[in-house]
This record gives sequence, C-alpha cells and structure tokens, in this order.
Amino acid sequence: MHSSIHASGTAEMAAPVSLTVQPTGSSGGFKEILGLLWQDKVATVSAALLVIVLACVLLGPWLLADQARAVNLMARNAPPFSISKGWMFFLGADALGRSLLARIVVASQNTIVIAASAVLLSMMIGGILGLVAGYKGGWVSALLLRLADAIMSFPSMLLAVIVLFVFDPGITNVILVLAVSRIPIFLRTVRAEVLEIKERMFVTAARAMGARTDRILLRHIAPMVLPTVINLAALEIAFVMLVESGLSFLGIGIQPPEVTWGLMVADGRNYLGSAWWLAFWPGVAIMLVTMALNLLSNWLRVVTDPVERWRLQTSVGRHD
Amino acid sequence: MGSFIFKRSLQSVFSLLVLIVLVFFLARMTGSPADLYLPQDASAEIRHQFNEQFGFNDPLYVQFGHFLWGLLHFDMGQSLQFSRPAVDVVLQAFPTTLTLAAITMPLVILVSVITGSLAAFRPGGVFDRLASFISLIGASTPNFWVAIVGVLVFAVTLRVLPTSGTGTPLHWILPVAVLMLRPTGVLVQVVRTSMMTALSSAYIKTARAKGVGSRAIVFVHALRNALLPVITVASDQAAGIVNGAVIVETVFGFPGIGKLMIDSVMLRDFAVIQAAVLVTALAVFVINIIVDITYALVDPRIRYS
Amino acid sequence: MTDQPLLEIKNLSISFPSRRGVVHAVDDVSWSVKPGETLAILGESGSGKSVSASAVLDLVDAPPAVISSGQILYRGRDLLKVPRDERQAINGRKISMIFQDPLAALNPVYPIGWQVAETLRVHGVDSKTAHARAIELLHKVGIDDPERRARQYPHQFSGGQRQRIMIASAIALEPDLLIADEPTSALDVTVQAQVLDLLKSLQAENGMGLVLITHDLGVVEKVADRVVVMQNGRVVETGAARAIMTSPSHPYTRKLLDAMPGRHGFETQAVASETRRTILEVQDVSRIYGVQPGKAKDAGPKAIRAVDNANFVLRSGETLGIVGESGSGKSTLARMLLGLEPPTSGTIRFDGKDMNGMSASEAFKVRRRMQFVFQDPTASLNPRMTIGQIVSEPWAIHAGVLPKKEWRGRVIELLERVGLKPDHIDRHPHQFSGGQRQRIAIARALALQPEVIVCDEAVSALDVSVQAQVIDLLKTLRRDFGLSYIFIAHDLALVRDFATSVIVMYRGQIVEQGPTTNIYTAPRHDYTKRLLAASEVHLPDAA
Repeated sequence: MHSSIHASGTAEMAAPVSLTVQPTGSSGGFKEILGLLWQDKVATVSAALLVIVLACVLLGPWLLADQARAVNLMARNAPPFSISKGWMFFLGADALGRSLLARIVVASQNTIVIAASAVLLSMMIGGILGLVAGYKGGWVSALLLRLADAIMSFPSMLLAVIVLFVFDPGITNVILVLAVSRIPIFLRTVRAEVLEIKERMFVTAARAMGARTDRILLRHIAPMVLPTVINLAALEIAFVMLVESGLSFLGIGIQPPEVTWGLMVADGRNYLGSAWWLAFWPGVAIMLVTMALNLLSNWLRVVTDPVERWRLQTSVGRHD
Repeated sequence: MGSFIFKRSLQSVFSLLVLIVLVFFLARMTGSPADLYLPQDASAEIRHQFNEQFGFNDPLYVQFGHFLWGLLHFDMGQSLQFSRPAVDVVLQAFPTTLTLAAITMPLVILVSVITGSLAAFRPGGVFDRLASFISLIGASTPNFWVAIVGVLVFAVTLRVLPTSGTGTPLHWILPVAVLMLRPTGVLVQVVRTSMMTALSSAYIKTARAKGVGSRAIVFVHALRNALLPVITVASDQAAGIVNGAVIVETVFGFPGIGKLMIDSVMLRDFAVIQAAVLVTALAVFVINIIVDITYALVDPRIRYS
Repeated sequence: MTDQPLLEIKNLSISFPSRRGVVHAVDDVSWSVKPGETLAILGESGSGKSVSASAVLDLVDAPPAVISSGQILYRGRDLLKVPRDERQAINGRKISMIFQDPLAALNPVYPIGWQVAETLRVHGVDSKTAHARAIELLHKVGIDDPERRARQYPHQFSGGQRQRIMIASAIALEPDLLIADEPTSALDVTVQAQVLDLLKSLQAENGMGLVLITHDLGVVEKVADRVVVMQNGRVVETGAARAIMTSPSHPYTRKLLDAMPGRHGFETQAVASETRRTILEVQDVSRIYGVQPGKAKDAGPKAIRAVDNANFVLRSGETLGIVGESGSGKSTLARMLLGLEPPTSGTIRFDGKDMNGMSASEAFKVRRRMQFVFQDPTASLNPRMTIGQIVSEPWAIHAGVLPKKEWRGRVIELLERVGLKPDHIDRHPHQFSGGQRQRIAIARALALQPEVIVCDEAVSALDVSVQAQVIDLLKTLRRDFGLSYIFIAHDLALVRDFATSVIVMYRGQIVEQGPTTNIYTAPRHDYTKRLLAASEVHLPDAA
C-alpha cells in the first residue's frame, strides 16, 4: 500500500532508489530537523506546546510563585473566562482566591520534573540492563527477565503506597518508586530490540572484522536501539505523569504545600458542585501535555530513522 | 505446547517467590500494627501480649517461616481489621474487581478491534483521522479526572446515574466507562498499526488477486495476522485491572481488591496485604497462560514449534 | 490460437505523486497476450514491469497511484471502466496472478487447503465441493498426500511446494489468463525448472494465456513466445522471443543480453599451479548443530549436519567457487572460514596455522588478512553510519594500521577504486542502489589490503547487468592486488566465468571439486549434472 508518507502513519519498508534524486547535503543538522518538523503541523503544534510547558517548568516558579501563593479573599472561587480581575484570573481562582493560572504554571515544575526524572532513571537502568540481557543472553538474561516479571506482577499502586507510607512521600521518593516500577518496560523493549539487531548482517560484518563486544554494543547496536528508546521514553513520561497524578489524587503522592497537577485535581474534587473549574483545568493540562508527548513521539519515530527521514525529504519510492 | 506451558509455569513460580518475599518484608516496613490497634496509652504488657498473639515478637525470619508454612496449608493468617481469616476477606473483595475486568476488557477489545481495523483500511482517511484523534484523547486523559467529571455531569447535574455503590446495573456504567477509556485509546492505536502492517503484506495482494472482497480481506485475512501484538497489550491491560482498579474503586466506592490493598497498607493489616497480592498474582498467572494458549490458537507457527 | 488478443493494454500510464513531482512508474505502455500464448515482460528492478500487470487485477493502490491514461482491454472490454465488484468477480475466475515470494504470498495462519479452496468459495462454489476440488488441484500440481497436507500451514512446506500451492489456487477456476510475477526468482535452480515445466504443462492443458514477469533471460529463453522489454517505465522493445534473443535492436536489450554470463563464451581462468603458496586449508571440517564442538561423535541420527567432512585448499591468487542450493551448507562453511562459528570437528588452517587453536591476538591478526562481502548489501551496512565511517571501520577496529588523519583520503581513494564518487563519503547506505552498496562493501573489504576475500552470494541480490559490473570489478581487483577469492554462489554460469576451480556442495557434503573447466565439461556426480541441466541456456551465438 503506497500510502502517502505522513509522519504519524506507519510507512512501509523503504525501497532502494537510484541516485537520480540528489539529496541535499548531509543528514543531521538542527535546521533540517526543524524543517521536517514544520512539514508536520500536528507535530509542530505539539512541540510548541511542550516548549511552552518547558518554559513554565523553568521560569514559572521564579516568575509566578508569589501570585500562586497570594491569598485573595475577594476572588474566592472566582469563575473562569472573566478578565475583570486581570488576566491572572482568566481560568478562575480557588477557594482561597489564588489564581488558578498561576498555580497551574507553578505546579508544572513538580509534575514534569517528577515524570521526566523517573523516566530518565528507568530508561538508563532498564536500557543498560536490557542491552546486557539481550547481547549476553544465558542465565543473566533469564534472571533479569524474571526479576522484571516480579516487579511487573506487583500491583504498582500497592508498591507506591507501601514505599511512600514507609518513607516520606517527598519528591525524591516519588521519583524512585515510579522509576523502579517502569524499569521492566525499558529492559524488555531494549532486550527484544537487541535480540533482533544482533542477528543483523552488519553486526555479523563487524564481528568478522574483529570488532570487540564494546564496539559492537556501542557503535552498532546502541544507536539502532536509541530511537525506539527515545520514542518509548516520550510515551512513558506521559504515562508516569498520569500515574503520579493518580498517586497525588489518592493522597499518597506529593504532599501539600508542594503542588502538582494531580494534587490540584484532588483538591478541586471537594468543590465539584460549586466550582468545577478547580478540578477541570489541571486535568486539561495533564491531558494536553500527555497528548503532545504522544504525538511528538510518533513523529520522532519516523524522523529518527535515516531511511524514513530521507523518504520524508524526497518521497520518491520505487514502484515496481 | 504442553512443555511450553510447563516452562512458563516454572518461570512464573520463580517470579511468584520473589513477589512473596518482597511483599512480606515490604509490608513489615510500614511499622508496628500495635501502634494502630491498641490505644495510645496501652501498657507495655498489653502491647507485648498483642504482639505475642499475632507473632510479631518473633524475629523476622521466624515470622517468614510461619508465613511460608501457613501458605503450604492454605492458611494466610488472620486479618487484624476484620478479625477474620485474611483469605476470606480477599475472596470477598476479589469478585467485584474480577467482574469489573470481565465486563471492561471484552468491550475494550471489541471497540478497539473494530475501530482500529476500519481506521487501518483507509489510512489518512476521515475515519482514520477521527479515530486516531479520539483514541489519543482516551489514552491521554487521567482517569480519576474523567471519573469526577463524569460524576459531576451524570450524577450531580443530570442525575441520570448514581454516584457510587454497586447495587444496580446502572451503578456499573460510569466505572466501566472510565475504566475502558485509556485501554481503548491505547489498543485502537495498536490495532491500527498492526493492521496496517498486515494489510500491506503480500498475502493480502494474493487475496485480492483471487477476488476476495474487502470485508473478508480485513476481517479474515489481515485481522488474524494482526492479533498477536493486540493480545499482548490487551493482556497487560487486563492484568492491570485485576491488580486493582484503585482509582475507579475509590471514586465510585467499589469494594474491590485494589481499595482493600491500599486500606490494608494504611491499617498495617499484613495478612490481608499478603493474601491480596498472592491472589491477584495467581489471577495474572492464569491470564498469562490463557494468552499463551491464544497465541498458539491464532498462529500455527507457534503451535508447531 | 486465435488472432484476437485475450488481454490488450493500450497506452497505459500510471504515476505516483510525490513531494518532488510525479514519478512515472508506467509510461505509455502497450502490450497484449493471446490465448495459449506466453508473453514475457522483461526488465530489471525499478523498470515498472510489475505495475502494468498489477493494474490488470486492480492491485495498484489508487490513490496514491494515478492511472492517468490508457485502456486495459479484456476480451475487448475496458477493465478500467468496469465497476469494482465486477472486477472482483473477474479476479481469480478469469484472470489470476501468482507472486515472487510464495512464503509471503500465502497467508501464514490458514491451512493451505483452505487457501486453495478460497478461490473457489469466493466465486460461489460451496465449501464442501471447494475442499474436494482443492485436494484434486494440490494433487495435480504435484503435492504428495494432498488430503493430509491440505491441513498443514505454509511454513511446513518448501519454497518450490509453496509456489505449486500458489499455482493450484490460481488455476482453480481454469482462468483465461495467468499472470506470474517473478514466479521462480526466489527458488533454487533445479526447482525453478520444475515450476516452469508445471506452468507450461498447465498452459498446454487449459490453453490459457500466460504473462511472465521476470528479470531472468534464462526464463525468457525457456518459455516465452513473445517478449516485452521494459526500462524506466517504458517499453523499449517488443517482439518474438527468438528474434529478440538473437538480434536485439534496442541498446538496452543488447546490454542485458551481454550481461548474461557465458553470452560470449566463457573466459578460461588459469588453473592455479600447485607450486603456489597455500593460504587456506580446510581439513575434515564438519559443522553439526546441537552438538558441542569437538564432540562430533556424540551426534545422534537427528543431529543436523550442516557441513559434513569438507576438505579443500585455497592457493594464493586462486578463485574458488563454491556452488550449491539453499541448505547445502555453503554459507555455514563461509561462516566457519570467517571465524563466526567454530567447526564441530576438523581443522581450518590459515597460512599453516590452525585457526581454532589460535590465541585471541593471533586470530585478530588473521581477520586483517581475510575479509568478506556478504549477500545482502542493504543488511550488511549499518544504516546509521555514513559511507566514510563504514569504509574506515576496519581501521578503527585494527588500530595502528592507518593514522586517523589519513582515513578520509584513503576512503576517497577506495571509493574511486570501486567506481564510486568521492562526494559519496558523507552519505548513508540507503541513498545508494543495490549495486552501489555492494561496491561500498567491497571498498570496506579492501581497506585492510587483505589476501583473501570471502564473497557469500555477493551478487545474487543484484540485477543481471549490475551483477556483471560487480564481477568485472572483482576481476580487476584480483588482477591488480593479487587477491584470492572464495566465491559462494548458486548461479553456476556466474562461477564458471570467474572461478579457477569449483566445489559443488549438496546437503552438507562436497560432491565434486576440481578445476572449473573439468566440472563444466565433464561433471561426474549426478547432482552436478542436474544442476548444469537446470541452468543450461541454449543461446545461439550472437556472432
């Protein structure tokens, strides 16, 4: 099926193309990536949203911490879509009259930092273990897989509850619990990829040239696995964000006065009848960021593959 | 096939052992039950007596030994909070969760397979775009948020559905809908991708050259080939629900296993935590065996290897 | 035979839109086929030879493909104007098609009997009759014990059997026309001949028209009545098969014919003299799967003997051809020579030293002197590395051979040596054609200035004309650098033109070996004779 190659779609195997079409310049390059991003409007919007969120994460608490804390009894449960109290209250205010917009911006830091660090941690540990398990095989692989199974079969909420019950539910511990529970995903994915890639001809070629194991792993196998891992990481950040907000919602995650989007939804639950916006906006924030991460990861999957990327640039296939 | 299931069972037994050790020691890290179940000013003697009664005075390894010995006799100890055998408590809560899973997963699979297949039939078409967008929203929305918004709209504002409890079939509509949301969103994407791969296979061309109609091509030739990854993801999701749909159970006041586990941690009811984890782990094990058998039924290459 | 064409394609143009303009896959193509006639559509990959035939069965996806003009007349009726459901009724009943790779073309999850019967069922035969007829058909195409085997699945059959099953399903309703798209390219030579014979006999029985899409002039020579030669989406020549094979008028056709090994007779390769230095010596080497190395005696009757007691020597400057079909053990032999897997028993000596008993550093040094080129150039080059990185990788592995600052210059030299351009150095493998990729692999093999290059099916994946170019390159390199080759192939003609001596392998054993001329003029073993007969091409000399 020769579907037009849309970044969010699955493209079929690349066909060899004779060099009648000269590709421009070499691959890579930041400018080129930006150009490709621009071609896919959905990915562009997602990326833009994530850049804004990133700005909130980095600058939000620094700029808006005061507004987020300022109690303003005049504005108690102020409804949204009114600018009579200024743009800060466009999304409304909470029971203490604090600006919801400011609070969402400030809460973005904890929310994103927790999710991103947890995933980064599990990606590195799970990735390395997966690389070893896949390439070495044997009992090492079997042991790692069974341990992963054990973690996976442990109800993740229960694990989080116990750990956070025993230790203080601070940011570090929340990150650690979430990281541990996601290690098996990376381990399994990387291992499966490595199992397939190590049988490829170019790995055999490197072995026949006399390449050592470290070179094969780092130069040949890891770069092939990396796009899959990055793609998975984007999806996992989205998922971990959902789990973290679930924990906060149940009251076993981050504790006040720290604030995350999940905690804001939980707080707003008590005012559902009178001020729906308290729980609504933080939920929308979670949903939008999750969606953007999903969409961007789809796009990333396509462009991180040089073959796919080249197709995007030229879109000339062999039609035999 | 038989030896394959045997091998898988052995692997699961190992994982199960790790799990037992993990849950036993983790649970005991939460602190002493005596602090919770006895009055603040209880004398040291009464505390000692309480601990003696439930065996909490023994060294940890002795307690673990008792626990294993009890396990071999299908005895998982007494629940502190209910003063009943822990197994009974767990087996009372588990059917609710199982029923939730048993209603939710077939619906998830049905909706995803139909939607995903139709989307894959014309990639980039109107239906595909719509299905992709809606499934993305489903996969991206926090379910506790949907749950409370659902309660607000249907129970509080429109008053067409009850807010919580398990009494009538009406009580199940919101929880099942909320529980379906994310699994369906994810599974639609899996079905779509998998179907697109299957539909671009050479055997589809053969079928078209034979004059097979579109419907049979999608649902007879492509679907069965596209099912393996779908089964894998769906079984993970089913295991997730069986392990306790904590949030849905909490929001809708469902007395399921997830809520029971969390409550038991809070109340340091070790016997119930252990029994609950063990029972859910066994259920997940059964799901895995069913999945392995389904693989073999769907793909003869697995059956004959 | 009547004069009325069964199917006539008139001025058909099909294009695929892309971001950089429109690609004309088929450009103003016309051909026709009469009942009982065999038409061959000849062309290399990318020539568009399959697209026009696919359009006949409505298998070209539109969109994105656009059938911009032309007619497809089946018994005088333009199929392009026929509604979809009516075309579905024609597919499989009046016109059917079989494809190149029968494993991929059969649905892996349904029994083959069900799949053959499906053709009948979709055209209205009740399933009981359909099943009975399917078993008859399987018997007819030469599947033994059809009642039992009808319940089996595609992966339980050999390549040749799968193609027979495909044929059974295609002829189930005795169609007027059968289109076969490279039906034998994925099969072994001896099996190829059997499948072609089957097609011809079915045609003689039914009087159906046969359109054979192929890149193989041997196939054309054996079965075609008329030929259409295609290049870059256009028909460059049409005519009677015999006329085209003897006096091609278009330069492209001439080029294709010239590229056929043995077209101008065979160069006789000098036989290496016994006094030359022995580089590689293989003594009693076996590879048995499922048995520990050194314990060949433990092998039970079920053990798979991939290579069974192989003995041969390679002398300096010699080219040793190893010929055999898939599963003959020739690739396992190559893997053992390259040290990728150990022999179960026996010794391989490189320059007099036992490779198995070598220390790691000695073995490492041997790798410098023995390089390789594998079958699939797409798979053997890391897709994420640039050509520069790929060709210089041997120096990165064997530190100290060449200082890093000289790498780039030397890579450019090597690229030019194998016929590529210096500015190709920063590109990635997917930007090249198959032949170019194989040149890159050859450049990499030359980087360490080895004495021996092991070529495992190095040209089998390439188009005929490209094959000839790569072989020419290998010949030039042999002359210029005094290289020795071990050249593994399934194509006898190719080896004849290139090798100084030949080994024939069959089911893990070396059944015959000797100087090239002896093997071809006086084969002794039965299997060698069969192999020669199957690939024989009776070409009248082009004078």
